[in-house]
Amino acid sequence: MSMREPQFSLAVKNPGVREITFAEAVREAIAEEMRRDPRVFVIGEDVAEAGTVFKVLKGMVDEFGPQRIIDSPISEAGIAGIGVGAAMTGMRPIVDIMFGDFITLTMDQMVNQAAKTHYMSGGKLKVPMVLRTTMGATRRSAAQHSQSLHAWLSHVPGLKVVIPSTPYDAKGLMKAAIRDENPVAIFEDKMSYQLKGPVPTTEYVLPIGVADVKRTGEDVTIVATSSMVQVALKAAEILAESGISAEVVDPRSTAPLDKQTLIESAKKTSRAIVVDEGYQSYGVTAEIAAVIADGAFYYLDAPVKRLGAMDVPIPFSPPLEDLTVPTPAALVDLAKSLCGKV
Amino acid sequence: MIDRPIGYQATPDPVAIAELDPEQWLHMYEQMSKIRAFEEAANELYTSARMPGLTHLYIGEEAVAVGVCEALRQDDYITSTHRGHGHCLAKGATLDRMFAELLGKAAGYCRGKGGSMHIADQDTGNLGANAIVGGSAGIATGAALSIKMRGSDQVAVCFFGDGALGQGLFYESANMAQLWKLPVIYVCENNQYNEYTHNSETAAGTLTGRAEAFGIHTVSVDGQDVRAVYSVMSELVARARRGEGPAFLLCHTYRFHGHHVGDIDRSYYRSKEEEQWWREGRDPLKLLAGWLQEQGMEAAIFARIDEAVRREVEAAVQFALDAPYPDASEVDRHVYA
Ligand SMILES: Cc1ncc(C[n+]2csc(CCOP(=O)(O)OP(=O)(O)O)c2C)c(N)n1
Ligand SMILES: [Mg+2]
Repeated sequence: MSMREPQFSLAVKNPGVREITFAEAVREAIAEEMRRDPRVFVIGEDVAEAGTVFKVLKGMVDEFGPQRIIDSPISEAGIAGIGVGAAMTGMRPIVDIMFGDFITLTMDQMVNQAAKTHYMSGGKLKVPMVLRTTMGATRRSAAQHSQSLHAWLSHVPGLKVVIPSTPYDAKGLMKAAIRDENPVAIFEDKMSYQLKGPVPTTEYVLPIGVADVKRTGEDVTIVATSSMVQVALKAAEILAESGISAEVVDPRSTAPLDKQTLIESAKKTSRAIVVDEGYQSYGVTAEIAAVIADGAFYYLDAPVKRLGAMDVPIPFSPPLEDLTVPTPAALVDLAKSLCGKV
Repeated sequence: MIDRPIGYQATPDPVAIAELDPEQWLHMYEQMSKIRAFEEAANELYTSARMPGLTHLYIGEEAVAVGVCEALRQDDYITSTHRGHGHCLAKGATLDRMFAELLGKAAGYCRGKGGSMHIADQDTGNLGANAIVGGSAGIATGAALSIKMRGSDQVAVCFFGDGALGQGLFYESANMAQLWKLPVIYVCENNQYNEYTHNSETAAGTLTGRAEAFGIHTVSVDGQDVRAVYSVMSELVARARRGEGPAFLLCHTYRFHGHHVGDIDRSYYRSKEEEQWWREGRDPLKLLAGWLQEQGMEAAIFARIDEAVRREVEAAVQFALDAPYPDASEVDRHVYA
């Protein structure tokens, strides 16, 4: 199934597809995998009866019971470590970290344990665990509940980092993450949980590490991740009105990164902008811009541009918070100036 | 004014000793002797500049690893520490592949990519040594959760030093272990020092009080007496297999050498008298040999074992020295499974 057409029309066209929310897609993926594989379990704070604070796992404890949907103490390091140990010894844990901001507390377990165990053991031990958490601002949650810290884990070899942007991707990639033999972190944009999109009724799994062209275009490539895909698609619509045809490419995972698809798109359009909701400095946009600059240099008509979250602790006050996140308007301005159409 | 060296600690109350036949105790002597000889050879490899990096010797603490691991089955799990050679050997690792790993050779347990502080061996249930102090408390507890979910009767043992009690992860993990009655045994090797600082400067309250606060079954034992460690551990293991939950075993012990092989001048943190007090009076090999002789075993047996072990160690060292380094193509292998 291709995601290149506008999503809303697909459900109507294809009888095997219905519209569900991002949250429902995540829940379906985990439930299907738990039915398929008795080794899969979820551990986290308020995951059982509460179904997580975002209600993503609502109702799952009724089907799978509290032995497989385990409410943990407020111990992020502890449950991450327990996930590593359980994964090493034959289970398939999904460690649920309520807010992406709290991955700071799991860092040793993710960076020094999960990521390195396979390598350090000379390939003998494996850590097939999933760490699922959230990202994304504009929920008026202030500095400690709004960050997008996926770059932190993307920096570390041995970890895979998935950042789905649509219900379709969220489901297919979650299933892939659960089946992966490696530690995989999935960052779900909390503002996307209610986003609806077409998802097949039949089973599918998406490969991790394959980008998806969300809209084809000729004049400028917008590489957009997670929450920024919708922003980029909106910007592309506005740009179309000014006669600029933008291609929107979603890497879908930062590690591994589908460099080839990004480079090919930039070669084709000869201009590229990278937009991601993590802090701009030392972040995902910097890495991807470097990859494109390196791989498409002789084809580019302009320097690769980047848009990330403003480098400030995310403010609470709504008018301030809104200034920190890339918007369609900012993208449009940037694309126009890049295409010489200001 | 105390006239004892500060590193002296009152020996815990005696425990009921298991009824084993002398051959079984003698096997434990052999295991301890093997660890001692391994560590002496590792020290020698370091001082003769044939071993890359540093290593932390287990000499003086052998009774803990051996007493604990002899009470385990091959399929039980352990997690180990930066001072982990003793744990690995006691759990069944072979000398040659251990030395090969220490020297960064392809034949090592981790193809030379782990080194002294990261030896892991799935076949003997060794989930890996850890160079992050306290870093394996979660892993061992997770292994215990996995055991319980799989309906197995294995147990998981988490070795760590007294210094690891400064890490929050232990408390998070121990809390969950007791809440969920997980078959994990936390074995605290209290050698009194966190590197170069005595734990009276780093730990408020008592060490056992930390586990007791969670309602965890806690026992203190003389970590120099392998018979005591084994006997207590056997009960804790049986308890865990019966589903009665975690335990905390505090082993009073002492490292005879420096924190690592390069820690030669130790006068600024502990006295020669203190070291001598432990080496002379509290050596786990001497204590067991002495007791077995009281039971009528002839002294020559121990010398014979030591000699045989030494020859095995020599051969293993030679194997490791001769073994090739990993091919350059190994460098980016096993980043992902
Ligand atoms: C997280 C972390 N902090 C600091 C260190 C440096 N370090 C290595 S061993 C050690 C002391 C550990 O003491 P203890 O746990 O009692 O073990 P022992 O060395 O006495 O066996 C320290 C501080 C480390 N490896 N990891
Ligand atoms: Mg210590």
